[in-house]
Amino acid sequence: MNFDFSDDQKLLKEQVRKFLTDKCPTKVVRRVLDGNETHADEVWKGLVELGVPATGIPEEYGGLGLSPLELCVIAEEMGRAAAPVPFDTSVVLATEALKLAGSDAQKKKWLSELAAGKAIGTLAIAEGPQPPKPRGIRTTFGGGRLNGKKLPVADGEAATFAIVLANTGGQGDRAVSLVLVDLKQAAVTKKRVETIDPARKHAELTFKDAAAELLGAEGEGWRTLERLYDAAAVYFAFAQVGGAEAAMWMARDYALQRQAFGRAIGSYQAIKHKLADCYVKLELARSNAYYGAMMLTDGGSDLPLAAAAARIAATDAYDFASKENIQTHGGIGFTWEADTQFHYRRARVMALALGGPMAWKDKLVSRLEQKNAA
Amino acid sequence: MDFNDTPEEAAFRKEVRAWLDANATRKSDDKASFRARNDDPELLKKAKAWQDKKAKAGYARITWPKEYGGRGGSPILQVIYQQEEANYLVPLGFFDIGLGMCIPTMMAYASPEHLQRYVKPALHGDEVWCQLFSEPAAGSDVAGIRTRAERDGDGWVINGQKVWTSGAHYSDYGIIITRTDPNVPKHAGLTMFFLSMKTPGVEVRPIKQMSGGANFNEVFFTDVRIPDSQRLGKVGEGWKAALTTLMNERLAVGMPSGGLDVDELMELARDTDLEDGPAIRNQQVRSKIADWYVQQQGLKLTRYRTLTALSKGQTPGPESSIIKIVAAPKMQDMGAFAMELMGPAGIMKEEVPHAAGFQAQWIGGAGFRIAGGTDEILRNIVAERVLGMPADVRVDKDVPFNKLTRS
Repeated sequence: MNFDFSDDQKLLKEQVRKFLTDKCPTKVVRRVLDGNETHADEVWKGLVELGVPATGIPEEYGGLGLSPLELCVIAEEMGRAAAPVPFDTSVVLATEALKLAGSDAQKKKWLSELAAGKAIGTLAIAEGPQPPKPRGIRTTFGGGRLNGKKLPVADGEAATFAIVLANTGGQGDRAVSLVLVDLKQAAVTKKRVETIDPARKHAELTFKDAAAELLGAEGEGWRTLERLYDAAAVYFAFAQVGGAEAAMWMARDYALQRQAFGRAIGSYQAIKHKLADCYVKLELARSNAYYGAMMLTDGGSDLPLAAAAARIAATDAYDFASKENIQTHGGIGFTWEADTQFHYRRARVMALALGGPMAWKDKLVSRLEQKNAA
Repeated sequence: MDFNDTPEEAAFRKEVRAWLDANATRKSDDKASFRARNDDPELLKKAKAWQDKKAKAGYARITWPKEYGGRGGSPILQVIYQQEEANYLVPLGFFDIGLGMCIPTMMAYASPEHLQRYVKPALHGDEVWCQLFSEPAAGSDVAGIRTRAERDGDGWVINGQKVWTSGAHYSDYGIIITRTDPNVPKHAGLTMFFLSMKTPGVEVRPIKQMSGGANFNEVFFTDVRIPDSQRLGKVGEGWKAALTTLMNERLAVGMPSGGLDVDELMELARDTDLEDGPAIRNQQVRSKIADWYVQQQGLKLTRYRTLTALSKGQTPGPESSIIKIVAAPKMQDMGAFAMELMGPAGIMKEEVPHAAGFQAQWIGGAGFRIAGGTDEILRNIVAERVLGMPADVRVDKDVPFNKLTRS
């Protein structure tokens, strides 16, 4: 039985944690939340120097060629710090999409730039109200030109390229394709959109005859997206676990220090049991996330099920810990000055980014049905 | 990451399997063959015979030192043996308390002569042990026990009552925690002893549980005389001895849970017609199935993390403390939900496939949430030991036991 990370992977985790503790304390998150910058660029540059964006990129494209397990431990630390950098978007979603569906030429160009920190990628799926689905995508791609509007796009302003879900004229699920578009062209307009988490900036991207190219085969967009979301669900789960743990300890520390009715509020069972429940949910999420990581690494056939379970457990753990952290703090936890808001906001952003728990629960049961039928 | 055995573990598993194949019958995959222990006297006889066979082959207590009949093996080997044994039709459960809790306490406190006398018969299943701790007025607050032990010459006289004593009705010996000094605060006035359950004045009365079973007992002590040589630890240090016992309550990891689970719930949901089609297509039903699957997987995988630490010879982290907190309410809630899916017939004991199984979970879950630490006490333990939060204010801490307000 070897259901744990290796000593080297734990060491890497410690290094990333130390870097983020030094360079990305909560005051940096607050600076981005309050300010205009698209992300904490000095933190991002430091992460590039550490090799974070290069972690999962094969060596032939200038990456470090490390396994998903290394990226998982990094993701956990990024989540713990609620780091205001394009990690989920560029290092997870864009990089994984290129690895899954990119042509050799695309990988050569974009993965190398990602590894070197010269490019920031993002994924542009939603088009405003209504959850994305193949039949509802109005952005079109044809003759090498992309037209339409995507919002909200995480890190849309910071990104130098985007992978866009566009209608290419097929039937049913095959109506859509993934399209890679360089955002540094005049045919692309970026506009900031206000969201519940100003520490992670989102944008509206408008394409007017923007030059673009298919990523993967035409009509394969939705299927590739499902596979991409399975991988992303595992990395997101680790980030959510990190965030949930941070919120839990923040609440614990406050409960030890805050006195009410003559004693620390942390000595009351109403608080203790709430935080014990945070721990229970956290460990359920961690165990499910580990299995997701294992399946991701082995290319295991159980990945779709493991990813869905990791996603559901981690979303629940982060939502619960982040909201009960505010509750444990009482009134002070609801002020703008309190750090409690970072995780509360980030938990919801992460819960919705790949589709919410309701959708993943439905997916999980479908996958269980398929597995049982097989 | 993988779920594989190390080469040594694989070799041990192979050895165990070969021995089990030669000495026992493998279970079919039918989950109905997972049966909890019952009170059939023949079963105890069979269990004793099986225990003896195991002890002779050196599998009865793998982690114990060789001098006590163990093999001085690592905890992971014990787990591997239990995992393998669970696949065979063998009577289990009668010796867990004795070998898991009572005898380790004896090893910590009993004289060499007593160890010489008692360890081997316990290991070979000749003598069964029980643990006499809980009382009608001392459940979660076990240090609040009232059973008295009073000095009488060179011995002690015990009067009082214990309750929830598993297996007392077939046990030969027991370890008992008593109050020897009511004039000091509750934890300070306790002393532990062991005694024969056949000592005059000991009376065992089975308790019929809500589930219909009767594994537990009330045990009454009326002027029960025992020699001072049966004292375990110093007078007034019974709480320390009790903690030794309770610390040995672990290592229940790695055992398959058996019973009905998400697979059977899905089967039921497939076969149940709701107004708008099969229940499995209903989003509320799917959402609940998904939640329980995530819990079921989460618990299994959490055990694997604990086993990983054991396999590497490390001390496991506190993660396994979540298992009962999740498993017990899940059993109760999933049982209740499955019955709801069956409609009004969900209350009937027959006719509906799996009805009896889910009803058993619904009933059993109510007990499981209490046994061996209530949901509430377990949350206190997680908060205090894992999260480092303060213990609750103890109003009885410095008050002599005989000055406390009692229920």
